[in-house]
Amino acid sequence: MASHTPPLLGSAPAQPWRSSISGVSRVTRRGRIVLKTAVWVGALAPLGWLLYRTATDRLGANPIDEITDRLGDWTLRLLLVSLTMTPLRLLFDLSWPVTLRRLLGLFAFFYASLHLSVWMVLDHFFDWPTMGADVVKRPYITVGMTALLLLIPLAVTSTTGMIRRLGARAWRRLHRLVYLAAIAAVLHYLWLAKVGVLDPYWYAAALVVLLGVRGWDVARRAVRRRRGRSVPGVSSPATP
Amino acid sequence: MLIRKAPRFKSSEITDERVYLDRRTFMAGTAALVLGGGEALAATPPAPLAPLKAARSEAFSVKEPATKEESATTYNNFYEFGVNKEDPSRLAHTLRTRPWTVKVEGLVGKPKTFDIDELIRLFPLEERVYALRCVEAWSMIIPWIGFPLASLLKRVEPTSQAKFVEFTTLQDPEQFPGQKPGLFGMSSLDWPYIEGLRLDEALHPLTLLTVGMYGRMLPNQNGAPVRVVIPWKYGFKSAKSIVRIRVVADQPKTAWEKASPQEYGFYSNVNPNVSHPRWSQATERRIGEFRRRNTPMFNGYADQVASLYTGLDLKKFY
Repeated sequence: MASHTPPLLGSAPAQPWRSSISGVSRVTRRGRIVLKTAVWVGALAPLGWLLYRTATDRLGANPIDEITDRLGDWTLRLLLVSLTMTPLRLLFDLSWPVTLRRLLGLFAFFYASLHLSVWMVLDHFFDWPTMGADVVKRPYITVGMTALLLLIPLAVTSTTGMIRRLGARAWRRLHRLVYLAAIAAVLHYLWLAKVGVLDPYWYAAALVVLLGVRGWDVARRAVRRRRGRSVPGVSSPATP
Repeated sequence: MLIRKAPRFKSSEITDERVYLDRRTFMAGTAALVLGGGEALAATPPAPLAPLKAARSEAFSVKEPATKEESATTYNNFYEFGVNKEDPSRLAHTLRTRPWTVKVEGLVGKPKTFDIDELIRLFPLEERVYALRCVEAWSMIIPWIGFPLASLLKRVEPTSQAKFVEFTTLQDPEQFPGQKPGLFGMSSLDWPYIEGLRLDEALHPLTLLTVGMYGRMLPNQNGAPVRVVIPWKYGFKSAKSIVRIRVVADQPKTAWEKASPQEYGFYSNVNPNVSHPRWSQATERRIGEFRRRNTPMFNGYADQVASLYTGLDLKKFY
């Protein structure tokens, strides 16, 4: 059973009936360093660009809104990219994307934290009563805050040590919270966007596809289990 | 031994400083030509707008510093060009403002179609520095140039059945790319853009038929060649690029009411006590400032306009 393997630490379990494919997709140590470096560069580039625009006064007439919106964009994008890694394994039997999942998730949390900080510090300048009222009264802020709160336990337990301590199965169950966080994050954007802005619908569509692949995988396994046929390679439960 | 080195280049070969400083423009132009083909020619920056002379009317001006002109001309909500705030300034060149006529008709004794240049000369122009409050909780201070809409309305003589005034913005997807149907034939708003006022609001001396700003003709992205400015209402009430002003008996159905009636009412007076369903209207960010400021009732024009709404439940008639 694949669930005995800590899910994020490397290659998919050996699958004799398609060993050639798994052989290709297994990541070497060097490959992993290259991939992770690419994620670091790719995930920090938008922040670098934003800082550059800030330093050179290229944020337009409403810099605070611009910073808030762009940080929000990249939170959602990274969250959705992190949720794309498992479908790549399920659909194409690639194991390397899963090794990037935690890192991508942490960067999503990083951008979410910046997004919230800008809202608290630059936008409202520590006006706690107003912010508190917004969290309670404005559904888009309520779900946005919910998304961020749901990501906190995931970020805290993101280390390899925590996976060991919790056990792979419990860890994986906990990290399914990311589905809720992503749904809340997409709702946050859907509910705040003005008429005619289509971006949030694209994010919603992407999320439906990404969760749909997992649903399809769960259903596929259930059907096979009912038929009493044990099929290697499709026995591991869908993971974040 | 004296060795004379000939200079490696003649002084006449030194690039003139002006040409040197222009190299970016040249590169941008070349890039635009390569990337955009023929369209790039149309995308070159438009000629500076013609200056428009008008004496400032201090009685109708706020005593606050004007927002940077660059901000007022690059941060715009004008859905005819697109839903993003940078779309209008980026695509403004697609709008042709000459020739242009404004039809004034409906329940009036003397309906007339005005040529835009005739309209600009019809009444003395004045400059008024108004506060502009967007429904999205940001604001600007803008020196507009125009004349009271009342002057025009009085000239066409509204009849006794006249109760409302309806403004219609140009509908032409060739000039307004935002009016082209998008994905799955979807449209951001139901075109043409319709706005409206009660007749007494339209006749109020603050309501300005506007043809310029910052001492010049209106830039396309700000609603050229003619728009209305109603400073005590949220910005979207101030219809841009107007082709028709109709005096009517029934309350017009406005574009934003059609799009989202629970959020954008017919009145849409600036009111810090009535929230937009999704956000508070109690505070605003003045463009160019860091901290939010409190939004005053009727955007600071309560003394002049509050009497229009005596006895009206402003929570119900938002």
